[in-house]
Amino acid sequence: MQSAKQFTSIFGGVLVLFLVAPLIIRDTQFQHLMIMLLLFTTLSQAWNLIGGFAGQVSLGHAMFFGIGAYAAMAPLNQWGLTPWIGMAIGGLVAMVAAVIVGYPVFRLKGHYFVISTFAVAEVVRELFSNWDWVDGPIGLDAPLVEQGWRNFMFYHTKLPYHYTLLIFFAVVMFVAFRMERSRMGYYFRAIKQRPEAAQAMGVNITLFKQYAFIISAFFTAICGSMYGLYVLHIEPSTVLSLDISIKIVLIAVLGGIGSLWGPLLGATILISLQEYSRIWLGGTGRGIDLIVLGALIVIICVYEPNGIVGLIKRFSRKKRKA
Amino acid sequence: MDLTIFLQLIISGLLIGFVFSLIAVGLSLIWGVMDILNFAHGEFLMLAMFTSFFLFAQLGIDPLYSLPIVVIVLYFIGAGTYRFVIKPLLGYTVLIALLATFGLSILIRNLVLFFVGPNYRVINESILAGKTFSIGGLYFSVPQSVAALLCILVTYGIYLLLTKSKFGRALRATSLDKDTAMLMGINTNRIFEITFGIGAACVGVAGGLLVNFYAVFPEVGLNFTVLAFVIVALGGFGNNGGAFLAGILVGLVTTMGGFFIGPEYKYTLVFLLYLVVITIRPKGLFGW
Amino acid sequence: MPILEVKNLSMHFGELAALEDINLAVEKGEILGLIGPNGAGKTTFFNCITGFLNATRGDIFYKEQNITRFGPHRVCKLGICRTFQIVQSFNEMTALENVMMGAFCRHHLTGDAREKAEEILKFTGLQDKKNQLAGGLTLADQKRIELARTIATEPDVVLLDEVMAGLNPTETEEAIGLIQKVHEKGLTIIVVEHVMEVIMKISHRIAVFDSGELIVDGPPEEVVQDERVIKAYLGEEYHAES
Ligand SMILES: Nc1ncnc2c1ncn2[C@@H]1O[C@H](COP(=O)(O)OP(=O)(O)OP(=O)(O)O)[C@@H](O)[C@H]1O
Ligand SMILES: [Mg+2]
Repeated sequence: MQSAKQFTSIFGGVLVLFLVAPLIIRDTQFQHLMIMLLLFTTLSQAWNLIGGFAGQVSLGHAMFFGIGAYAAMAPLNQWGLTPWIGMAIGGLVAMVAAVIVGYPVFRLKGHYFVISTFAVAEVVRELFSNWDWVDGPIGLDAPLVEQGWRNFMFYHTKLPYHYTLLIFFAVVMFVAFRMERSRMGYYFRAIKQRPEAAQAMGVNITLFKQYAFIISAFFTAICGSMYGLYVLHIEPSTVLSLDISIKIVLIAVLGGIGSLWGPLLGATILISLQEYSRIWLGGTGRGIDLIVLGALIVIICVYEPNGIVGLIKRFSRKKRKA
Repeated sequence: MDLTIFLQLIISGLLIGFVFSLIAVGLSLIWGVMDILNFAHGEFLMLAMFTSFFLFAQLGIDPLYSLPIVVIVLYFIGAGTYRFVIKPLLGYTVLIALLATFGLSILIRNLVLFFVGPNYRVINESILAGKTFSIGGLYFSVPQSVAALLCILVTYGIYLLLTKSKFGRALRATSLDKDTAMLMGINTNRIFEITFGIGAACVGVAGGLLVNFYAVFPEVGLNFTVLAFVIVALGGFGNNGGAFLAGILVGLVTTMGGFFIGPEYKYTLVFLLYLVVITIRPKGLFGW
Repeated sequence: MPILEVKNLSMHFGELAALEDINLAVEKGEILGLIGPNGAGKTTFFNCITGFLNATRGDIFYKEQNITRFGPHRVCKLGICRTFQIVQSFNEMTALENVMMGAFCRHHLTGDAREKAEEILKFTGLQDKKNQLAGGLTLADQKRIELARTIATEPDVVLLDEVMAGLNPTETEEAIGLIQKVHEKGLTIIVVEHVMEVIMKISHRIAVFDSGELIVDGPPEEVVQDERVIKAYLGEEYHAES
């Protein structure tokens, strides 16, 4: 585990970087990249809480993401409700969904949790695709409303999105940092490594898995809300898709599962790669990027299951020995 | 409601259910022996269907005749997956193996998408395709009936293999306790590889038969993966007999649900069934 | 009043009766030895008491409270803690962190738990290894860590499942010393062990299981001479050795 001092200095540096970067570089393409980077780092760190720290792999985080996106967009679209309330509702609904998905399976050993997350995500997508109120498969567009913080709509600048996401990012990083060295963090790691031994130490593993999942779902939903408001159009096949779930997981895996800085490292590489490769290769509709993603997951798992963080550790250990 | 329609629905449910069963038994085998959930299982099915389809479209070999080829191809795909993807990960937590197969499923799906495109492909003129026969006013689709029959036979064959053969004994010993099995001189590595091969060969059979009445496209595996997971969980961990029965049940639920409630809610129904069952009977419908 | 009492306890796995109608009481401050051939049901007995298994029939009382259906974490919180026959270290945690896992049971703040864990590490003679990952330590050390983190939960009753299996004679001696030290702190102990010399030396009383049944229960001297025990168990091992 990193020392608190080390963490604070790196964290401070990263925050300053994200604070000034969009002010200096005004290129919208770059600003977009930064926003995606913050978004996916936050998402992936949220996933990391349950998947990395507690070791309960969820392959259905798109359901929370989508719930968040719809909760902010649909009431705004239909009633003109401020998306901040929508966002809060989305967070709550996602937490309830996490209980519904988690409660029946967290008591059980084995792969039941993965199956549930994977299947429920599909079910949720199916349900939204058939739900008339949110225009089924067509999805929703952001209404043309007055700009500003109340509607969280800005037509000429990306900065509000950037800084709001920066706050989310900071909060989630801080939560993860505090959690890692609290009782809860120890319990999560114990559950991941030896669930039985954890139980013998008095850990209610069902409950703590549930905590991890609820917290994770909440942050994921909030990110989903932000995403919808930023891209202005959502539909089941984007915000509820397996692709979203995959990307969230992959970033954590690439960076290093269960490590504090893994998501940021993973997202930096993957999101830049993706945004630029989309410009070069994109538009074929034949999923070259997904081929690369799939191959990456397999390769990382086989050669360095601890991701980039694992590589760095291995490298620095060698250097110390030499 | 008309009794004939009802019976007709039961028949369709049963027929597709047997195919589900075989697919699930393939998954259950791997799950039971290695405690690995193979996410690429549906993609294996898709590969089987495409192999069969292209053998027909390019070389004119009828799916019925190419079935053995498909099965052999799939066996090697399964065994290869074990050797190159799973085996290097055995020392790590199952989480890694799970993610690896997940990555593999994305890779396979999109590679196929890249090379053949997203279109649906259908075989209309094979020996079996499109034919029906009737008994007592009830219609049976020939390709579905043949598929169901063969799936039952293969499942039974696997049952015999597991219970009666020397390999089956070694496999069961391995799944109970890997270390002890190794001490007893069982080459567990070999067992795992063969198991993965057989698991994939099962979907080889299923896929080779499905092409006769089911459209082929790169994403076809996805739904089958979800279904197979749910079926295996319903049947009870590592319980191949349970998986077989649960497959039939799921076949009935999808068909009936599709008719009475609407085809768009088929999977929702199956999943609800899963949730209810694991809440009441965590060890599956047929575990003790 | 016994601190722990088991009444008519049965545990069946399908057809197999791993435990059949066990009645056994443990007094406060006692060291009870539990022996029996492989598969006799000793580990299953521990699993039932600690809530890892739900007994098919019967009741378990701890300090007069019926804890039969309690889950493992509740049993631990109440003051019964166990070790595992096959070591279950948190491999990716250091020795200190392993023991902290136990200490968290009563101390919710990381600082307090660390303090408690340091104290236990000293008590168990592990302080030199506190910053090493548990997964990299020897079997003897890992077993000791397990004992240490068990004590760190501040239990009244500890159940030790073959904590000396696989240790060499010196390590065994050390482990015996440690168990006696734990006992001196006022803890009640049930030990499962295959090595007769050890069990004879530390137990105040011995219970013998065979095929899921409690066949004998008495002072060590009597138990070694009991016909049934010799037949069931000692016949092959103890006599062969002496
Ligand atoms: N979860 C389980 N499912 C089925 N059978 C079990 C289970 N746990 C134990 N058994 C069986 O119950 C019997 C008693 O096992 P147990 O582990 O309690 O014996 P033991 O006395 O601890 O033996 P050993 O000295 O080898 O540790 C054995 O036949 C074992 O195979
Ligand atoms: Mg035992």
